[in-house]
Amino acid sequence: MIAVTVDPAPIDIGAEYAAIAVGGAGGIATFAGLVRADDGVEALTLEHYPGATEAALVALAEAAVARWELNAARITHRVGRMVPGDTVVFVATAARHRAAALEACAFLIDRLKTEAPFWKKESLAGAERWVEPRCSDDAAAARWNENA
Amino acid sequence: MATEILYFAWVREKIGTGAETLDLPAGLVSVADLVAWLAERSPGHAEAFADPARLRAAVDQTFVALDAPLGRPREVAIFPPVTGG
Repeated sequence: MIAVTVDPAPIDIGAEYAAIAVGGAGGIATFAGLVRADDGVEALTLEHYPGATEAALVALAEAAVARWELNAARITHRVGRMVPGDTVVFVATAARHRAAALEACAFLIDRLKTEAPFWKKESLAGAERWVEPRCSDDAAAARWNENA
Repeated sequence: MATEILYFAWVREKIGTGAETLDLPAGLVSVADLVAWLAERSPGHAEAFADPARLRAAVDQTFVALDAPLGRPREVAIFPPVTGG
């Protein structure tokens, strides 16, 4: 079972967990990404490519379910304006055993960062700046290449 | 056939709009050809597209390299490298 949500509403982690904790899995792994206050960041605004974003997340979830034989995968990504401490993204995977759930969860967040069309803009001290991609994100995504 | 051109993030801001519907001329072979043609539309377009190495693209919502064939798309999106998660 795959569920993908892209929404400006705050992410309800309790509800997200409850939704994946059904169906008889032996292990559930979750990852929550939060807005950091680095350099005095006061707000983060997430822009995305409607339609293409959801399709990219579904494709990632389908790849994870097939590769790790997951019972379920959920990806919930917030868009719009957030403040430090807010949850930007929540990923959950359910499998028979822990290794599959943990690896699939890491795969999903690593690949989401380089393959899903989201863009972050930081607001700080009255100014705004677009976040630049990091080489370490590309390296984290590449470690899941099956031929690596 | 008109093509919907979409812009995101700082590409959108420099151009001043998130979408424009255009009749593309014959002879645009690759996505890079389209970007070069769009760059002549205004100073904002020229600034947004000044460094193609900083651009990514999707043709009919499929992510492609700038040297990919353009074909006859319904929708092309041009944007910076993604930074979600």
